[in-house]
Amino acid sequence: MVSGSVFFQRESAMPQPSISKTMTTGESGLAFIFAVTAFLCLVASAKALDAPFAFHAALSAAASLAAVFFIINRYYDRPASLPPQEINGRPNYNLGPIKFTAFMAMFWGIAGFLVGLIIASQLAWPALNFDLQWIQFGRLRPLHTSAVIFAFGGNVLIGTSFYVVQKSCRARLAGDLAPWFVVLGYNYFILIAGTGYLLGVTQSKEYAEPEWYADLWLTVVWVCYLLVFLGTILKRKEPHIFVANWFYLAFIVTIAVLHLGNNPALPVSVFGSKSYIVWGGIQDAMFQWWYGHNAVGFFLTAGFLAIMYYFIPKRAERPVYSYRLSIIHFWALIFLYIWAGPHHLHYTALPDWTQTLGMTFSIMLWMPSWGGMINGLMTLSGAWDKLRTDPVLRMLVVSVAFYGMSTFEGPMMSIKVVNSLSHYTDWTIGHVHSGALGWVGFVSFGALYCLVPWVWNRKGLYSLKLVNWHFWIATLGIVLYISAMWVSGILQGLMWRAYTSLGFLEYSFIETVEAMHPFYIIRAAGGALFLIGALIMAYNLWMTVRVGEQEVQMPVALQPAE
Amino acid sequence: MKAILTLDNLASGLVTTIWTPVFVAIFLAIIAYAFWPRNKAAFDDAASLPLREE
Repeated sequence: MVSGSVFFQRESAMPQPSISKTMTTGESGLAFIFAVTAFLCLVASAKALDAPFAFHAALSAAASLAAVFFIINRYYDRPASLPPQEINGRPNYNLGPIKFTAFMAMFWGIAGFLVGLIIASQLAWPALNFDLQWIQFGRLRPLHTSAVIFAFGGNVLIGTSFYVVQKSCRARLAGDLAPWFVVLGYNYFILIAGTGYLLGVTQSKEYAEPEWYADLWLTVVWVCYLLVFLGTILKRKEPHIFVANWFYLAFIVTIAVLHLGNNPALPVSVFGSKSYIVWGGIQDAMFQWWYGHNAVGFFLTAGFLAIMYYFIPKRAERPVYSYRLSIIHFWALIFLYIWAGPHHLHYTALPDWTQTLGMTFSIMLWMPSWGGMINGLMTLSGAWDKLRTDPVLRMLVVSVAFYGMSTFEGPMMSIKVVNSLSHYTDWTIGHVHSGALGWVGFVSFGALYCLVPWVWNRKGLYSLKLVNWHFWIATLGIVLYISAMWVSGILQGLMWRAYTSLGFLEYSFIETVEAMHPFYIIRAAGGALFLIGALIMAYNLWMTVRVGEQEVQMPVALQPAE
Repeated sequence: MKAILTLDNLASGLVTTIWTPVFVAIFLAIIAYAFWPRNKAAFDDAASLPLREE
């Protein structure tokens, strides 16, 4: 268990002027809102039409009460005046919420990788679902995708964005309670979404499975996230807005638009979990994949590119290779990505021209993707030797290499004739995981390995040797995973389309399933290695926080004036 | 059906078509901004921004 002291530290040791202590409007207002919410949730729980909704409403009532307690308790614990923006002319960075997201990212990451391993094993050995409805593949699969993308990736993005925006703007995070509201509220959304999947609550929209009430809550949290981020940029001391902040901002704004665009639903009752999306048929499909692909483009790409543009220069101690290229990279990515969604609907009822449009824009995406990859890799100019000695930097750089690989593969798969072979096969799963494990996973691991010593004020990591082990075990896992899925995917696609000389399909569906079996075992082995790597990482980070040597703070007087 | 040019379909046609040249023009302007010789010093400076902070 983590004690609160790991995250909460007295903000400043400065002598407090004797002013009378009163609650801020934010504190009293938010405490009041949560008290009302607790009451409303209790009523909803009593009047609930289905058991999962009753459970979620009761949980929300309890969480709201906990929030009221947290706000009031925090008020009594804090000094009379709020933490100062600066101490001795230096920004007084707000690191507590970042520590919390780093911890949650590691927690959800391990949970998500474990559930992935379980469902990979279920595909190889179906008996492993034990005939229990809660752990069927159909329920665990969204739990896995949401846990790794939104819970692990989301916490990494929120945490690093809060760090990068403060450091590169040389300003304390905007808001007092707001940053805590964002990180706690976001993780509560994950909890509601995840428990919902296990209980069978789903909108059945891929990567947008949470039902209407979870969606409403996420909207509130996300708007607050945007305001905190923008507020910090607005009060910056550094005149230039660094490129990483542009990518983070595009991620936050676009995810808000996507979430609102894809989720307008009418609940059957305000006391029930089930809702219906307002449009049906191909319109719904088009909206869904406009959303789905841009979740890839702006959550899994733009957000993590922000990490690349900040953490790689920082770790390599080299400037961004070409800042001009980063500007063009940013705008080209923004202009093109938003159109690529229809490639998920090739050979469906979607109009042919729309499919071709999606394919065309996907192919054009090669340009910004590879421009960005080159910019990330070339940032190591003059520092390539560090790859030999610094496994954290190696992890970051290999992630960019995987980014280049999967953004080459993606446009290729969006070409209609290629897609006719690859679609609905394991090839897609292999492609997604080369991006998810190789790019998003490794860039997140690299960022967390940097971030944890920084925010906990440690000289360095507990063990670079363990990072090295993590790197090689996880890399081996990825190679096993993606090569197994390529082979099985292409095999599957070719078997599905094979005809006999008389024009009959050569293989029954179950024959294609049987043929997948060995590859499913290899895939599960790859996933297991990836999970082992993450466990090594968690131990390493834990020891860094617990026993790592404190970084000695330079006396303020010796700091050169900016 | 014979296409009749009315203010209505002219306007809707224009609105749906105009985005391509508008976006292309904006994008070209961004490229010009990125490569404008006078901006070079500021961009070179920004490239090492993460290394400067305290």
